[in-house]
Amino acid sequence: MSVLIATEGEEQVVVRSAADKRRQWKMVGLFAVAALALLWFWTDIDDPTVTYLLDNARGEDPNTINAHVVVVVGLVLTLVCLALAALNRIPDGWPTVLAASVVGLAFLLGFLVWNYADQSGSTFAMVNPLPGTVKYAVPLVFGALAGCLCERAGVINIAIEGQFLFAAFWASVVASFAGQAEYGLLGGIAAGIAIGALLAVFAMRYLVNQVVLGVVLIALATGLTDFLLSQIPADPEIRARLNNPETLGPVPDAGIPLLSSVADALTGIPVIGPTIFDQTLLAYLMYVSIGVVAFLIFQTRWGLRVRSVGEHPKAADTVGLKVNRLRWQAVLLGGAFAGLGGAYFTVGSNGAFTSGMSAGNGFIALAAVIMGRWHPIYASLAALFFGLMTTLSSQLEFLGKVPASFLTALPYLATIIAVAGLVGRVRPPAADGEPYVKS
Amino acid sequence: MSEESSTPEKQPTPAAGQVTEPAPGSGDKPPVTTSEPDQQPARPGAAWLPDVVTTLLAIGLALVVGAVLVALSDEDAVASLSYVFSYPADFFSYAGEAIWESYSSLVSGSVGSIDAIGVTLVRAAPLICAGLGVTLAFRAGLFNIGAQGQLVVGALFAGYVGFTWNLPPGLHLVAAVLAGMIGGAIWGGIAGFLKARTGAHEVITTIMLNYLATSFLLNYLLSKEAFQRPGSDNAQSPAPADSAMYLQLGNIHLGVFVAVAAAIVVWWLIERSTFGFELRAVGANPDAARTAGMSVERVYTLAMVGAGTLAGLAATMNILGKGDSLSSGVAGTIGFDAITVALLGRASPLGTVLAGLLFGALSVGGTAMQASAGTPKELGDVLQALIVLFVAAPALVRGIVRMKTAGSGNTVMAKGWGS
Repeated sequence: MSVLIATEGEEQVVVRSAADKRRQWKMVGLFAVAALALLWFWTDIDDPTVTYLLDNARGEDPNTINAHVVVVVGLVLTLVCLALAALNRIPDGWPTVLAASVVGLAFLLGFLVWNYADQSGSTFAMVNPLPGTVKYAVPLVFGALAGCLCERAGVINIAIEGQFLFAAFWASVVASFAGQAEYGLLGGIAAGIAIGALLAVFAMRYLVNQVVLGVVLIALATGLTDFLLSQIPADPEIRARLNNPETLGPVPDAGIPLLSSVADALTGIPVIGPTIFDQTLLAYLMYVSIGVVAFLIFQTRWGLRVRSVGEHPKAADTVGLKVNRLRWQAVLLGGAFAGLGGAYFTVGSNGAFTSGMSAGNGFIALAAVIMGRWHPIYASLAALFFGLMTTLSSQLEFLGKVPASFLTALPYLATIIAVAGLVGRVRPPAADGEPYVKS
Repeated sequence: MSEESSTPEKQPTPAAGQVTEPAPGSGDKPPVTTSEPDQQPARPGAAWLPDVVTTLLAIGLALVVGAVLVALSDEDAVASLSYVFSYPADFFSYAGEAIWESYSSLVSGSVGSIDAIGVTLVRAAPLICAGLGVTLAFRAGLFNIGAQGQLVVGALFAGYVGFTWNLPPGLHLVAAVLAGMIGGAIWGGIAGFLKARTGAHEVITTIMLNYLATSFLLNYLLSKEAFQRPGSDNAQSPAPADSAMYLQLGNIHLGVFVAVAAAIVVWWLIERSTFGFELRAVGANPDAARTAGMSVERVYTLAMVGAGTLAGLAATMNILGKGDSLSSGVAGTIGFDAITVALLGRASPLGTVLAGLLFGALSVGGTAMQASAGTPKELGDVLQALIVLFVAAPALVRGIVRMKTAGSGNTVMAKGWGS
């Protein structure tokens, strides 16, 4: 923060805190790295013609774009930001966010066109990464929302991975039994709530350390789902009845009149429309859920109370709030969202449940909660960021410019850099993880 | 962290079965809980007894729940459920038989013979070492989810030295073990360094470093010629040279004793050394420790380096002990089990050793249970989780068995995310 200290007469002395200087030099360093990378992309591209498809579902002809132009424009923008940062013309707050976004986008586009350049003769065309981003982010966003709800109320939820697994299993079983994928969502919600209830009862009634509890619940859910899976007979007929659900189709085809017409209108939006809105029911629920949770936490009386029991339960108790009841509500509601996220793995994408199929996504969701500073919208953005990185790594894998294993590392590396370089110290809700015992 | 909750944590929590002696050097006192002041021990030294009883009861309760699952997974018993009201004896005899068979093969398979005990010890050794790493970080207030990644990098280093270098027998082993420890230390140190320098939350960085180690580093290196077993198409390295192997003693190897030695060193480090005092002080209250002139950053970095070193040591156990080669499953789930082991051991070295032995026995016994009694081995995982859950909730156990004499009731540091 720059502080203006007025002295006698006309002179003004600017006193800057060390933190502000650190922020500036971090920004200069990051922008310089981006500029150097873009410069290298520019020199490395021999054949700048890049074909791209933004709407391949509609059979459009491939367009072309000149990679050199993209890289140079990005480079110029980055250099402008770098100069401004070096001259300390970018104050803290939204200008920093804006500058970082511009540079980040310039780097991302430059990196993309560099990957797709020099591919003449092959059929690789740049495709829109947004649909994949949304798809990969669905469980992460739900998990992150669950984490935010629990932890804003002061209950640490490391067990998101366990909720995912348990919900994925029951979503598959219920959907197979009912013969319709949508019922699987209900099974998932119930299973997510069940693990949430275990979390709540052991954290609040038996005062178990919540970090320990989360790890144990993951182990329990993993063991139980594996055990139950081993109990489903290998007989294909029984298996089909118990663990072979249909998967959710894209909503615009679902035939719900009102939703379909809205979806048709939205998918009509060029570029973004078909890619973001041509998704399954879970993706739509995700958009709604982000808004609902953000509204609940920050705009309602219930949310204010939840936040107050997460920050200072004693004070909340003093003014007459039922601390543990509010925490129970938040944890169970969080469990429902985590259950929807878990349902993604079976009825939302893969169908039948297989052992350990959430594959660490619960941990990524947990990372998104912390990266997003326990704020549902920022946490969802962190989850989307992770989805984008995953999509890019799977799309660029076949181009051969960057070795596939480096691309696999991309999401994780990007998260570490983001957390270490940009997010830094985060402050959890003050009473997060501390059980409240009325004295 | 509020003052109330941090105060009792400054004393080491009495672990299951551990006699906590007062440490005059560091000013420790026998733990006294503020919540239950009437629990003062009648005789000195008896304070740990209720905790031991509670832990044993928790294990017993978990076995009871496990028995129900065994009965429900037995076909005869489930079939007899349909007429359980007319002939209840049938169900109970089938269920009893299934439970007896399962649990007797669990016990005989894990500790029933000298051979079985050897297998259990070999299985427990890496769990103990990696668990000690999680414990060490835990005592500094750091939640190290990264044992898995640290194990993988340790295994890469130890394995590489093991199958490429040419050294005389004893020296080669020392070099390979040191390499494994260095590899783990580097990977743990990254998380510690980032925490200290930028405040990046260690939970995020260790999770990401796990993925980087397993899905990137390991796969990438295994696809390189230097790590490829000649003539093999699988992503698999050569086995380590004989000169780099731990000495075999019957069906156990020297690594088991190394694990015990590591536990003693970690105990000394935490409870007796100056660094251990700083570590515990930072773990209890970083702000107070900083005010007292300690470098919290230095403690964070060193604690994670130490945690990684121990995980790296754990990685050497299977490679240089059993002669495993590097493959995509080289670390198994040891790193994640280590977290549970450390938690069950209540973040004390002796507790971690005991918990590691228990988990080793359950894992070996679970395989035997499946082989001889046909009980799904996944049940072993459920049992492990239930045991930790019940051990972590003494109030629940005491409530179920209506135990009058309550223990200290403390689990591992009841603290939140903190920073």
